[in-house]
Amino acid sequence: MTALDISFPRLTWNLWLDVVHMFQYDFMRNAFLAGTALSVVAGLVGYFVIVRRQAFAGEALSDVAFTGAMGGAVLGINPLAGMIVLTIAGALAMGSFAQRVSERDLAIGTVLAWVLGLGVLFLTLFTAHVSGSSGFSGVTVLFGSILSISAHQAAVIVAVAGGIALALLLVARPLLFASVDPDVAAARGVPVRLLGLFFMVLLAVTVAEAVQAVGALLVFALLLLPAAIAQRLTTRPYAALGVAVVLAITSTWFGLTIGFYSGLPSSVCITLLAFVGYVGVIGSMAIRRRLADVWSHDNPNSQLPASGMHQETRQ
Amino acid sequence: MSAALTGLFHYHFMQNAFIAGTIVAILAGVVGYFMVLRSLSFAGHSLANVGFAGATGASLLGVPPLLGLFVSAVLAAFGIYWLGLGARYGRRSDVATGAIFSASLALGFLFVHFSTAQANNIYNVLFGNVLGISDTSVLITAITALPALALVLLSARPLLFASVDPAVAEARGVPVGMLALGFLLVLALVVAVAVQVVGVLLIFALLVTPAATARRLSTRPMIELLISVILALIFTWAGLAAGYFTPLPVSFFITTFAFVFYTLVRLANLLARPAQLSS
Repeated sequence: MTALDISFPRLTWNLWLDVVHMFQYDFMRNAFLAGTALSVVAGLVGYFVIVRRQAFAGEALSDVAFTGAMGGAVLGINPLAGMIVLTIAGALAMGSFAQRVSERDLAIGTVLAWVLGLGVLFLTLFTAHVSGSSGFSGVTVLFGSILSISAHQAAVIVAVAGGIALALLLVARPLLFASVDPDVAAARGVPVRLLGLFFMVLLAVTVAEAVQAVGALLVFALLLLPAAIAQRLTTRPYAALGVAVVLAITSTWFGLTIGFYSGLPSSVCITLLAFVGYVGVIGSMAIRRRLADVWSHDNPNSQLPASGMHQETRQ
Repeated sequence: MSAALTGLFHYHFMQNAFIAGTIVAILAGVVGYFMVLRSLSFAGHSLANVGFAGATGASLLGVPPLLGLFVSAVLAAFGIYWLGLGARYGRRSDVATGAIFSASLALGFLFVHFSTAQANNIYNVLFGNVLGISDTSVLITAITALPALALVLLSARPLLFASVDPAVAEARGVPVGMLALGFLLVLALVVAVAVQVVGVLLIFALLVTPAATARRLSTRPMIELLISVILALIFTWAGLAAGYFTPLPVSFFITTFAFVFYTLVRLANLLARPAQLSS
């Protein structure tokens, strides 16, 4: 998807040389910078998305971001501004819905359905009336264009990501408390609803920022998958946060590199890597549990826990 | 007024649009009701997006997109069911659904990258092409819809039981697990078929909003089901008409009418029973 005016870069299998070669291109440097910053924030925010069981809300916000970007373009304002405004509005709306999960998902669903309809409208108006000379189009919003991020954009992304990460780390403890046990937290004086709304706003801004890099349809993967793997690997919150960030950064770095040398779209490489990691971890844990099952049947007096009904499977 | 109506039905593409739209609306109204009941909104949304990978992959292989849609939807339904098996009855794994959703979008984009059919194809799959439906598509829609509809309506009572109180239903001998998988498969098929009409991103609106509105209008299941179907039909017809008379997209109208009505109903509920605010 990039306008490389040279022939395909060749992989020399001398890893250090390959990396140096890749970083000679400033668009790759910008992409790595922006990508790393976004991965840090996606890993952190994504962990809470999973703990708070707000995966659907996260996905819905990425669709809202699409509508916001197209709406901004149609109205003649900066698409990024349109995205941020609409995602924050959407986040606040979602954060104030009924707290019961099934009710909440339904409310998210109905709002999402309409926002998608709006997105179609804006897209139609955009393609009909606004000339697409800037390289901005429905496709770039949907699937990202990390390789066309300018140095200035990358700097902004790093700054915003840093702000979000800092804000999140500051409220991490009360937010975790409120997410895991809202009633007890409320009884202890933790402002559960306020924290919930605050988190939704952070999520909205994260999504809006990340859409520039990996696009509206795939930002959700970066948010969800590394954190999902982390949550399976450890139950300790701070460890999980760290693992989520590391996994997100790893997916992004490898995804960008593979994208560079293969010519495949970077957002696709990043997402599929994260997905393969997720399936791999789930698969190996399932196999381990099966083996433990077999083992404990052969050795009824052993200490190993059997799988199945007695173990609460985590998501 | 009658002149406008004759104009509306004059063209063959509009006739096809209305026939296919009606079939899809009825299907969506019925299946959507159970989808909402079983809290499978996210799964419905994901299955629709999985269709994107199926359709683009099929195009790449030179196979009819509808076949790809069916295959991918069925595979995803199995995936969601099995990955969600670790959780208990009503709970399903949001994360697994989300993972499948993301992976299929990425795959879909990869397929588009490889194929020579360009961006137009993406837009049609994602947003539908209701005003360009062929006769074959109408036929296929009808042929798939009838068995799916029959299946759901025949199993309506056990499905309802299993959805509302799975533990008791299972104790009474209702095959809860099979119904769960079966319903996911029907949902997947309905989505695959409907994608031709309203596209991947918007079948979800027809599944969710009429059913969500119906739940606010009645508490009796069969009445809710009926309302859901009627609303879906009204929104679809109104959307088609509005799309015909204006240059704006049909899907936008369908979703907007649906959402506006839903909001009005919620407001009416709030005003009528101020003591029973739900949030």
